[in-house]
Amino acid sequence: MIEFQQVHKTYRVAGRDVPALQPTDLRIAAGEVFGLIGHSGAGKSTLLRLINRLEEPSGGRILVDGEDVTALDADGLRRFRQRVGMIFQHFNLLMSKTVADNVAMPLRLAGQLSRGEIDARVARLLDRVGLRDHARKYPAQLSGGQKQRVGIARALATEPGILLCDEATSALDPQTTASVLQLLAEINRELRLTIVLITHEMDVIRRVCDRVAVMDGGAIVEQGPVTEVFLHPKHPTTQRFVLEDEALDEGEMHEDFAHVPGRILRLTFQGEGTYQPLLGTVARETGVDFSILSGRIDRIKDTPYGQLTLALTGGDLEAALARFDRADVHVEVLR
Amino acid sequence: MDALFGSLFANVDWYEIWLATLDTLLMLGGSLLFTILLGLPLGVLLFLSGPRQLFENRPLYAALAFVVNVLRSLPFIILLIVMIPFTVLLTGTSLGVAGAIPPLVVGAAPFFARLVETALREVDRGIIEATQAMGATTRQIIFSALLPEARPGIIAAITVTAITLVSYTAMAGVVGAGGLGDLAIRFGYQRFQTDVMVVTVVLLLVLVQLLQSAGDRLVTHFSRK
Repeated sequence: MIEFQQVHKTYRVAGRDVPALQPTDLRIAAGEVFGLIGHSGAGKSTLLRLINRLEEPSGGRILVDGEDVTALDADGLRRFRQRVGMIFQHFNLLMSKTVADNVAMPLRLAGQLSRGEIDARVARLLDRVGLRDHARKYPAQLSGGQKQRVGIARALATEPGILLCDEATSALDPQTTASVLQLLAEINRELRLTIVLITHEMDVIRRVCDRVAVMDGGAIVEQGPVTEVFLHPKHPTTQRFVLEDEALDEGEMHEDFAHVPGRILRLTFQGEGTYQPLLGTVARETGVDFSILSGRIDRIKDTPYGQLTLALTGGDLEAALARFDRADVHVEVLR
Repeated sequence: MDALFGSLFANVDWYEIWLATLDTLLMLGGSLLFTILLGLPLGVLLFLSGPRQLFENRPLYAALAFVVNVLRSLPFIILLIVMIPFTVLLTGTSLGVAGAIPPLVVGAAPFFARLVETALREVDRGIIEATQAMGATTRQIIFSALLPEARPGIIAAITVTAITLVSYTAMAGVVGAGGLGDLAIRFGYQRFQTDVMVVTVVLLLVLVQLLQSAGDRLVTHFSRK
């Protein structure tokens, strides 16, 4: 478990203190995929780098599995870092070393395994990320997605308990992003590895994260399970991220529906309920008519969800609302 | 043909040329070796202590930069003469190959150190960060990441420095260092033996060309981009 206790960070720029992270409390459970989302300058990158002290905190304590990381001396910090993997937006592979040598590097630096053991582990890791045939190539000969796979293999070399991902998919195209995220999800499941990732894309959060914290202005403004934060965003920043992801504009939508008669509702389903034939049942039982104005049925990580905007006319509206409520569907009356 | 060749290069003593070439190569090799041994650590230190680097240390960087700049702003011909007492102290003579090497090294090492600093700055900061994140010691960051990544740049720096040293060795001829430059001055210039001048110039040109193409090959070999 990673625990932040009143951790804050201030940079000194040109003689002035610039706050990068407000005093923050945060708990990240062992084995979960925790996402930090925010625009650039929101403080997410600082927060991530505080975990392995690539950034030194200005105050507060960071506990990892009960150990106070902020109190470690140089030697202790090096040993701690060997138990924390990290991958980067621009991969940060050594151009002068082959793929296999890049993956072996953390093991050689740690100096605990024999050459044979290192070779065996490197082969296994390259196999795991699907790059067995590329061991002797140099990073410049690989595509972006392959480079990030090398980065992941390298980060996993010392069998760390935590993996930090710094915008790991931001430099990749959508298809490659999907495959790299899938690999991260698999690793999280197989190795019971805690993953902390930062991103500015809601889609990345939706695909792999269990919980998410939304950052703005150097502070966490909202956090919780992804389904909760994503489907019922409360803070304006979160709402903006969700709308960006859905690529629709709330105001525009209201104008479009101005001429539609009846009450306009937004229903949010999640879990198995998503696949129940609820709308037809409610229509038959209460006599309401519905037309679907917009909607989306998708998954958040492993949880199916649906979000539909409906116009209801006729019948017994109150009974319909009560029926939705009984079926555990979240209803928002938009008009 | 032989007669033509003989009359064209009437003043050229080929054995003398051979000895001078050997002297030039010895001066070049010796001074290059010590320039690298001195300049590489100095360049690494300049880089590490520089602004926003791993071991930012303003006073140290300012001091190093000052010494480097002073030595680099001295014209080499002046340095040769200023260095004489020090050279005698170090090698027992200010003449010949041994007497030429200390001023050559003092002239070239600061220049080389700056080139090394520049080559190290070309290394992506992210690579240093990634190496830090692996739990590397400072020594490991330098030897396992920085220097291997900067290798093509450092080889290019060695090439440029070697070529600069070739022209410095020629100047060292003025203060009795021997070598092709000495030959060119004593015979080609002072005795108006144009043929000797032409031969020495051609030999120096060939030497520079060989150094440059060897350097370029090595850079290409070690560039994985």
